[in-house]
Amino acid sequence: MDNFLPITNGCAIPRKELPILEFPHFRDSLLASTAANGNIVQFFGYEENGTATLLAVIRKGYDLSAAQCAMPKEFPSLTAENWKFNLFEREIAEQFGIRPLHHPWFKPVRYHANWRGAPDVFGADYQTDIPGLYDYFRVEGEHIHEVAVGPVHAGIIEPGHFRFQCFGEKVLHLEIQLGYQHRGVERLLPTLPFKRLPIVVEGIAGDTTIGNSLCFAQAVESLSSLKVPDPARVVRTIALELERLACHVGDLGALSGDVAFNPPAAYYGRLRGEFLNLLVVLAGNRFGKGLVRPGGVTKIPTPDNVALLRDKIKEVRPEIIQVADLLFSAHSVQARFEGCGRVDRATAEAVGLVGVAGRASGLDYDAREFFPTEKYKMMSPCSYNRKRGGVYSRAWVRYEEICHSLNLAEDLLGTIPEGDLPFPDPNWRLAPDSFVVTVNEPWRGELSHCLLTDAQGKILRYKVKDPSFHNWTGLALALRNQEISDFPLNNKSFNLSYCGFDL
Amino acid sequence: MTTSLPLFLGSLLLLPLLAGLIPKVKAFLTGKKGPPLLIKYYTLIKLLAKGSVYSTSTTFVFRAAPVVVPAVYLTALLFLPLAGMPPVLSFSGDIILIFYLFALGRFFTICAALDTASPFEGMGTSREAFFSVLSEATVFMVLFLFCRLSSSLELAGFFTGSKAINLSRPEAGLLLLVVVAMFIVLLTENARVPVDDPATHLELTMIHEVMILDHSGPDLALLELGAWCKLYFYAVFVANILLPGQVSPAGLRIMAFLGSLLLIYAVIGVVESVTARYKMPMVPKFILTSFAFAFFAAILTLEWAR
Repeated sequence: MDNFLPITNGCAIPRKELPILEFPHFRDSLLASTAANGNIVQFFGYEENGTATLLAVIRKGYDLSAAQCAMPKEFPSLTAENWKFNLFEREIAEQFGIRPLHHPWFKPVRYHANWRGAPDVFGADYQTDIPGLYDYFRVEGEHIHEVAVGPVHAGIIEPGHFRFQCFGEKVLHLEIQLGYQHRGVERLLPTLPFKRLPIVVEGIAGDTTIGNSLCFAQAVESLSSLKVPDPARVVRTIALELERLACHVGDLGALSGDVAFNPPAAYYGRLRGEFLNLLVVLAGNRFGKGLVRPGGVTKIPTPDNVALLRDKIKEVRPEIIQVADLLFSAHSVQARFEGCGRVDRATAEAVGLVGVAGRASGLDYDAREFFPTEKYKMMSPCSYNRKRGGVYSRAWVRYEEICHSLNLAEDLLGTIPEGDLPFPDPNWRLAPDSFVVTVNEPWRGELSHCLLTDAQGKILRYKVKDPSFHNWTGLALALRNQEISDFPLNNKSFNLSYCGFDL
Repeated sequence: MTTSLPLFLGSLLLLPLLAGLIPKVKAFLTGKKGPPLLIKYYTLIKLLAKGSVYSTSTTFVFRAAPVVVPAVYLTALLFLPLAGMPPVLSFSGDIILIFYLFALGRFFTICAALDTASPFEGMGTSREAFFSVLSEATVFMVLFLFCRLSSSLELAGFFTGSKAINLSRPEAGLLLLVVVAMFIVLLTENARVPVDDPATHLELTMIHEVMILDHSGPDLALLELGAWCKLYFYAVFVANILLPGQVSPAGLRIMAFLGSLLLIYAVIGVVESVTARYKMPMVPKFILTSFAFAFFAAILTLEWAR
């Protein structure tokens, strides 16, 4: 790791400072670091003036570091040595048409032709519109049966294909294939006029609007040296927490609904609405669209609105606690949640789980604490009492985070000063030939955006990495040797993003 | 016969109302307004007005089920004594016919589901077949007991006449065990919580709902009608046991019968609100519990039956 450059979350640096390594060194360093509790924050390729480069950002403890290397035509796969690289490597292969040799499970991630017009490494011609026309892992035997679910589902959820290999009701293997919502976000963003960027970024994943726009805004602020007024930082932090509260509360209700336990499902469904309404007060939109902009926020709540927010939080807190008591103390619910879909700590570490799922398995990584941005430096960390990695733990971690976020939001509300702020200036410019990576912790887990600018200060490469990119593997592993009828419950307990993954 | 035919026809008209009572109770207990009480009538009219969609991979088997299923359950209802009145039809040994008619209905539902070749429906049928075999054991244990108590082989003999089985009999305490056992069978056979969740949209967890996932329009309406008849049959079976003896004026008896019927539907709604679904491997244990209840009731009443 000595040859990687230590970097800081949300601090732009000139690209020439990034070390360019020889591929063997690059590979060895990545493998050594990930084998010793290092995790991948970003690993992607970009192309400039006909030369393609690989760039990796690694986190280890409280440190971030980055390095790059010239992109080889083919290279010995890193996944063969460490599973954390699986999707990253497949994504690079899909976007740039290069081949990781001896990759143990080499398939497209999203099903599109590569960006360089290179010969396709997967042997697909992309004439038909349906991703998933390739072989799935198969278990064979007389009593083995295969169940294919999706991409069209019975409920109003996003499209994804799930292929189960079952022995009776028991799942031996689950393979998850996404890509049905691929919109080409990463290719689109560099081509847009800057004024449109905040709006498009908000649409990367609708349930993580604040998270994505925060990552984007911090990256731009760093690249264009914009100063963010302190009240704006407070408002952005509160918005991120309200987004977390709405989603976590909704998730607990949905988990309860999945085991057909109606009262918490009904109450939490309503309480989720309360938090969305608070986001309307704060942002003017239920999902917080139009609030976070590079350089600050578009709205500062009036003292009346601050009082309203505070009263509402005071009002819903006891309701949330009472319903949680009902949910977690019902024996029939415990019987469903306990021991269901366990991912033990070693597995979680091996695949690099982040966010709620990671913490439920005993990993203590929370980007708010490890790489604090906005007002998170003053946050007291959340404590977790259930770390056994099952559905129960994932539900309980959410509940603890809800209580923690309520306190955090309440504290921060007290620090909003009176008075209006100037509307953030939308006419920013980006520093040329620079690099920045931003890491935040929206409700699902570590979200990271990475921006590279070219010599003219245009965006050369915009990379988005949703926490789901790590965690879908966790869901597949959680299902091993579980009942297939418990899949929806497990899926809900992870509640991962399809559009954030597909981009 | 003269009074039972109007009762039978009246029941048919009430079926959707009774089925609509359960979601209302559930909604009430979760603090919601819930759908209107007449929702199932609207559903029926809506479905009947629609067209049906058939997959090209299905055959006549798929289309047979919606005809056979309601026919089977309506026939069974003809043999069922309502409010202690003699049923429309009756002959010695009709109980065997009735429960095998149910099996016939299930056979056709299962075949129709398998006919679609959908993996979900395959899983649903396997669960349905397994669980209903288990609940059949309870049913036949109860029938065995009732035959001994009433020395009769017909439903009419069980619930009408001087030896009618209800809570006024000396072995009423043990009959409560049968009530619990038959209520568990009711929940199992009618895909209610905690065995199945009729409200879920999750194909992988469904049992009964997944089997009729491919039926649409009037076909679905007929299957729904069949399901309401089946639920009504089991509810009446339990309600008849709960009657406090042969109350003399027929009007009062009908009121008492309706009261216990409403109670049973309400209790289904309450059960669905206070408990979560069981994990799938727990369901057989739950059903076999009902067998244990019925078995003990049978053993312990041998003394009276003699």
